[in-house]
Amino acid sequence: MNENLFASFIAPTILGLPAAVLIILFPPLLIPTSKYLINNRLITTQQWLIKLTSKQMMAMHNTKGRTWSLMLVSLIIFIATTNLLGLLPHSFTPTTQLSMNLAMAIPLWAGAVIMGFRSKIKNALAHFLPQGTPTPLIPMLVIIETTSLLIQPMALAVRLTANITAGHLLMHLIGSATLAMSTINLPSTLIIFTILILLTILEIAVALIQAYVFTLLVSLYLHDNT
Amino acid sequence: MASVVGIFSHSSVSVPVKDKKLLEVKLGELPSWILMRDFSPSGIFGAFQRGYYRYYNKYINVKKGSISGITMVLACYVLFSYSFSYKHLKHERLRKYH
Repeated sequence: MNENLFASFIAPTILGLPAAVLIILFPPLLIPTSKYLINNRLITTQQWLIKLTSKQMMAMHNTKGRTWSLMLVSLIIFIATTNLLGLLPHSFTPTTQLSMNLAMAIPLWAGAVIMGFRSKIKNALAHFLPQGTPTPLIPMLVIIETTSLLIQPMALAVRLTANITAGHLLMHLIGSATLAMSTINLPSTLIIFTILILLTILEIAVALIQAYVFTLLVSLYLHDNT
Repeated sequence: MASVVGIFSHSSVSVPVKDKKLLEVKLGELPSWILMRDFSPSGIFGAFQRGYYRYYNKYINVKKGSISGITMVLACYVLFSYSFSYKHLKHERLRKYH
């Protein structure tokens, strides 16, 4: 049972070649582009959603921060579609792999920080010491603030991985519990099945929320540094 | 499948027909017809592009496209992932002895 539980998180391979690349490349097929003003229903819906989220997300940035808008909007679309596709049965979710989330988090965070250090070095260094701290506490607080800065990319990546992985694992476990109880005791099967339905709704929400949180935090780091 | 070359994103593009269509090829000529196909990387990419636009123009790029245009794609994705994970799933069959 232990081997089966984590088997869905193994990156799929065809004869040793990573098929995970193909699976990561699948979401763009669902988001077509168009060169016309009036499009079919799919493109219209997607464009409306993207306009809604991008306006909301980029409202707080200044002109320099808005140069990142393409990156952030594509990030939230990618994470949201990948997480939602992972809720389909038997599918592989690339965002459960820590390697991929680290690959997304570290360059974005590093880009924001380095941009802050290059342009406004005094403002960037001022983040390390909050205002109004008593003088004896200053060395310790600088260390703490440095640690909290350096841990941001790790936290971004691990947060996304852990949330999605935990949700998928819970669904597997409760699903197999439902199957096992169906032969033993029918009313408790119905209770467990209701729990499964609630969990699925939660997972849909989590998929979207995690995308949002990831992108929001990256944009916050950007805001600090522009 | 029509033997066309070139980008085929909408139906008003005129493309030269390279060879006979598959349904017109006689059974004895089938191996030579298969060998005449373009198997270079750009040929394979062109085949995927034609297939994508064929599906897209038939089901999604229409005036009243329904949800089935995209759910068919998702159903194929589920079947594809199932075939990948069959190797692990076959141990979970309901048998007395595994």
